[in-house]
Amino acid sequence: MEVFIALIIGFLYGASVYMFLRRSIVKLVLGIIFLSHATNLLLFSTGGFLRGSPPFVDEVGSDASLPVADPLPQALVLTALVISLGVTAFSLVLIYRFYKETGSVDLDELAQMEKK
Amino acid sequence: MASEIFKIAAVQLRPILLVLSLIVLYRGHNEPGGGFIGGIMAGMGFVLYAMAVGVEKARKSRTIKPVSFMGLGLFFALISGLFAPFSGVGLFMQGVWTEIELPWGSAIKLGTPLLFDAGVYLLVTGMITSIMYAIMEE
Amino acid sequence: MTVLIPVIIPLSAIVLLIATRRWLIAQYIISMISMTVLVINALSLLTTLQLKGYLTYQASGWPAPFGITLIADQFSAIMLLAVAVVGWLVMMYAIGFVDAARKKAGFFILVQGLFAGVNGALVTGDLFNLYVWFEVMIMASFVLITHGAEKQQLRGAVKYVVLNLIGSVFLVSTIGLVYSKTGTLNMAQLAMMIQQQDVSELMNSYLMLFFIAFGIKAAVFPFFFWLPASYPTPPIAITAFFSATLTKVGVYTIIRFYSLYVDHDGFAWKEIILWMAAATMIFGVLMAASSFDFRKILSFHIISQIGYMIMGLGIFTINSLAGAVFFVVHNMFSKTAAFMAAGLVYKLRGTYELKDSGWVYKDKPLFALLFFLPALSLAGLPPTSGFFGKLFLILAGFESEDWAITITALVVSIFTLFSMVKIWNEVYWKKPAEHTVLSHQPVKVNLLPVAATVAIVLLMLLPGVFAGSLFGYFSRAAAQLMDVESYIKAVFP
Repeated sequence: MEVFIALIIGFLYGASVYMFLRRSIVKLVLGIIFLSHATNLLLFSTGGFLRGSPPFVDEVGSDASLPVADPLPQALVLTALVISLGVTAFSLVLIYRFYKETGSVDLDELAQMEKK
Repeated sequence: MASEIFKIAAVQLRPILLVLSLIVLYRGHNEPGGGFIGGIMAGMGFVLYAMAVGVEKARKSRTIKPVSFMGLGLFFALISGLFAPFSGVGLFMQGVWTEIELPWGSAIKLGTPLLFDAGVYLLVTGMITSIMYAIMEE
Repeated sequence: MTVLIPVIIPLSAIVLLIATRRWLIAQYIISMISMTVLVINALSLLTTLQLKGYLTYQASGWPAPFGITLIADQFSAIMLLAVAVVGWLVMMYAIGFVDAARKKAGFFILVQGLFAGVNGALVTGDLFNLYVWFEVMIMASFVLITHGAEKQQLRGAVKYVVLNLIGSVFLVSTIGLVYSKTGTLNMAQLAMMIQQQDVSELMNSYLMLFFIAFGIKAAVFPFFFWLPASYPTPPIAITAFFSATLTKVGVYTIIRFYSLYVDHDGFAWKEIILWMAAATMIFGVLMAASSFDFRKILSFHIISQIGYMIMGLGIFTINSLAGAVFFVVHNMFSKTAAFMAAGLVYKLRGTYELKDSGWVYKDKPLFALLFFLPALSLAGLPPTSGFFGKLFLILAGFESEDWAITITALVVSIFTLFSMVKIWNEVYWKKPAEHTVLSHQPVKVNLLPVAATVAIVLLMLLPGVFAGSLFGYFSRAAAQLMDVESYIKAVFP
C-alpha cells in the first residue's frame, strides 16, 4: 500500500510540474490542482496505513497491544483540503479574469504582445 | 442551460440539498460529515439553482448575501473559540458541552465544536456561492 | 492572552468590517481601532517579555505537544510591534490613497486578513499552524494583488500566485515529512528531539526543504523572481503593506528555524546561507541599477536588502543576529516610507517612469524631503537608521572574520546609493521633458497620506537616534534567539 501511494504521489507531482511548464494558463491551473492533490495525499500517508484499527479505543475492554491509527493526519488533510479548495477556486477566477482582460490564455503569446 | 428537466430538477434540489447539508453538518459530530462537506453541499444547492434560473434571479432570491454568510461563519467560529475564556471555563478554543434532554427520552449533545463546525459550514457556503456567482455572472 | 490578541483582533475586525461593508466611514474607524489595539498590545507584550522572557499559550487547554502552542519571545514581540506600527501608518495612508471602488470591494477586510496571517505566523509555535497562518496571509495577499483586476496587475498576479503556491506546497509537504518521521508538529519538541539526537540525518534535507519554502516567501536569491514581477503592479498602498509584512515574515521564519534547528558547525549551513545572502544582495542591486521605474527599483532593493538580513543570520553571532533584527526593523520602516513617498510623487506626476518625471523638488519640496530621508537610510548613510543597520552587520562580519560577505555588503551599499541617486536626479531634480508633465493634471493630494508619510519618516529616523540602546535591546533578543534550551523550557515547563 505504501509503495502504491508513494508512486501515485510521485506521479501527481511529476504531472503537476509538466503542467506548470506548459504555456497555457489553463494547464497551469490543472498543475495547481495536481500539486494540491499530491500534497494532500502525502499528508494523508504520513500517519501510516493501518487497516481496521480505529484511532479511538473504548474505555472498557480495549486491548492496549492492538495498533491504533493516528487521527492527526486526517485533521491535517482536512485543513489542507479546505485551503486547496480556496486556492483552486481563486486561481480559476484569476485565469478567467486574465482571459477576459487579455483575450489570450497563452503566456508566451502575451509576452510577445508586450514587446510589440 | 436550456434543458427544462435540469431547470425543474435544480429548483427542486435546492431545498433538499440544504436540508441534507444540515443533517451532514450535525452528523459530523461523531460520524463522517461536518461543516466542510455540509457547506459544499449547501453551496452546490445554491449554485445549481443559479445555473437553472440565472445568477441575477438567484442573487435576488437570497435575503442573506454570500459575503454575509462568510462574515457570519467567521463570527460563529470566533464565538466558539472565545466562549470558554469569556465564560471562565477554560482557554481559547477549549470545548464546552451541554446536554439537552428531549421530551421523548433521548438527549442531544451541543457544544462549541458544533458551533465552530457551523461557522465552517457558513464560511464554505458563502465562499463557494460568491466565487461561483462571480464566475457565472460574466 | 496577550499572545492571542494579535490574532483575535484582526479576525474580529473582519467580522465587523463585513457587517458594516456599506459604510466607508465605519470601515476606516474599525480598521484604525484594530491597528491601534495591535500597537498597544504589542507594546504591553514587549514590556511583559522583558520581565518574563517568554509568553506561551496552550490553545484549547491541551498540554504542549498535543495542542497548538502559541509562543512569543522578544524577537517576535519586536516584529509584532514593528508590523503593527507600520501597518497603522500605511492604513492611514491607504485611507487617503486607495480609490473608492477598491475600498468598497473589501480592501479593508483583506488587509485585516493579511495582518491576521502575519501576526499568527509571528506567534505560533506549531508547524502546521504556521502553514495555516502563512496560507491565510498569502490568500489575503492574492486577492489584494489582483484587487481591481487591471491588466497589468493580473499578469503580475499569475506569477505571484504560482510561485507562492509552490512555496506553500514545499512547506506543507515538508511538514508532512517531518511529522511522519518524528511524530511531532510542535516546534519546541522538534528542537528537543534534535538536541537529544533522536532524529535521523534526514533532518538536514528537511531543513533544506523548509528553507526553500521560506526562501520563496522571503524572496531569497534563487527564488525571488515573483517579487519584481508582482510588487510593482498593484496600487502603491498595497505594495507598501506587502513590503512591510510578507517578505519580512519569511525572513522571521528563516531566522526562527535556523536558530532553533540548525547545527551551525555541522554541514555547510553557514556557507550556504552566506552564499545565498551575497547572491541575493548582488542580484537585487544589479537589477535595480538596470531598471527605470520608481516602483521596480524599490522592489529590487527589497531583494537586495533581504540579503543583508540573511547575512546577519549566516554569521550567527549575537552581534550579527542583533544587527539582522535591527536591519529587519529598519527596512520595514525605510522601505515602506520610500514606497509611500513614491506614491505621493505618482499622485503629483501620474507616472512611475523615471524618464517622464522631474522637478518634484521644485514643485513640492516636502515630497522631495520625504523621499530623500528614506533614500539616505536605504543607502546606509549616517545619521539614519540604515547606516547603523549596516554598521552593526559589517562590524559583526569583521569580528567573525567573514571577509568576503562583508566586503560584498559594502560594495552593494555603494550600488544602492547609485540607484537612489538615480531616482533623486530623475524624479526630483531634473527638468522634465516638455511634453510629459504638461500632459498630466496633478491630482490634489489628500492631507492624510502626506501626514502618514511624514510620520513614518520621522519614526524611521528614531532608530538612528537611539541606535545604541536599541542595539542593546536587540542583542538581548538575539541572545534569547540563540538560547534554544529556554525556548524548549518555556513550552515544556
